[in-house]
Amino acid sequence: MPEPRHEVRLSVNGALHVLSVPARRLLSDALRHDVGLTGTHVGCEHGVCGACTVLVDGRPVRSCLMFAVSAVDTEITTVEGLTNPDGTLGPVQQAFKECHGLQCGFCTPGFLTTITAGLRENPQPTRTEAREMIAGNLCRCTGYQNIVKAVERAAELS
Amino acid sequence: MLAGGQSLVPLLSMRLAAPSMLVDINGVPDLDQIRVDGAGVRVGALARHADVLAHPDVGRVQPLVTLALAQVAHATIRNRGTTVGSLVHADAAAEMPVVLKLLGGSVDVASTSGRRTIPADDLFAGPLESTLTHDEIAVEAFFPALEVGAGVAFEEIARRHGDYALCGVAALVRLAGEAIVEAKAGYLSVSDVPTVVDLTASLSSGLTEEALAAAGDAALSELDPADDIHATADYRAQLVRVLTARVVRSAYESVLAGTPQVPSTATTNGEGTHA
Repeated sequence: MPEPRHEVRLSVNGALHVLSVPARRLLSDALRHDVGLTGTHVGCEHGVCGACTVLVDGRPVRSCLMFAVSAVDTEITTVEGLTNPDGTLGPVQQAFKECHGLQCGFCTPGFLTTITAGLRENPQPTRTEAREMIAGNLCRCTGYQNIVKAVERAAELS
Repeated sequence: MLAGGQSLVPLLSMRLAAPSMLVDINGVPDLDQIRVDGAGVRVGALARHADVLAHPDVGRVQPLVTLALAQVAHATIRNRGTTVGSLVHADAAAEMPVVLKLLGGSVDVASTSGRRTIPADDLFAGPLESTLTHDEIAVEAFFPALEVGAGVAFEEIARRHGDYALCGVAALVRLAGEAIVEAKAGYLSVSDVPTVVDLTASLSSGLTEEALAAAGDAALSELDPADDIHATADYRAQLVRVLTARVVRSAYESVLAGTPQVPSTATTNGEGTHA
């Protein structure tokens, strides 16, 4: 018997997407495979690494720990939604570029979304607060020093 | 039953759970309420950790709830995870089950045949197992208010801020003047089920270094720290001793100072262990 599918209307970065997905489709998979926005990365797929973090109604959440069918009636922001309307880099993206906050870039989308929301909450974080802001995200190559610097630089640019 | 899904969805992803049906309660109205009065804090089944933590009255009425919530996983997990979900997930490595038990709180559960209140002492049946029946859902948790003359404290040690604690301890002390008339502590990550130990006998004659050491030993006699990839059993036992002394002293001093030890993160975390 084919798996039942559900029509799901997702609002992603201001655009409406109508999907037909099984109830078990993770939001992370729906964004990547059904919406086609592959900027959201999938690392551990059990909520530990933070790579899949997106903003749901402005709050960072793990998209691998949420079902697409649970995301109806929300406004989702992915890393693709962090660029300026004219296509230039948003402040957190610009700060990562300037501070060498990434190497391979796999973890970066999760950091960018987390920090974007974190700076809205706390626009002038101390070094300690900057570290706490990113404590739920893992990076395996650059290390964290330059990412912490990027949080502080993004606060200047925002 | 799916509320926040921060513990359940990983279990599904790792194929450790395979329910034939999953009911998402996120559409049920009014379950996200947080109500605070003189008696205590009532948390609805859909209230997110982040919202309970940011609630202006919760920390005033029962500071231990705020102190412990600040240690629950990372802000991103707290944005989605629910406090009631964490309670009935009944993880002995989680903060909120042992806090509920230490405070003598309860969980209200409902089914088609009615509603009942399960005291925290009767809530935890075994590792990751609550005493809810299959036709029941948890709808609300109740954390009693901090009484006058009582103090609380919480501390945990983790490899990384927000990770599962290697050991965590919550303390509740009651004083008459400067004398301890009751002292209890709740322990996470050092037993199979959320465990509360009465330390009054060790501490009733005064808060000396010897008494605190005796309290740590008394606690260990009722706990069962285990080896795993993160820490040895001996190291966890040492954390039990050190953290017991720290939190009992901190709870005691908070009563004398007349100021509950509310963490600074409580105010900065408005927007946001797993559950």
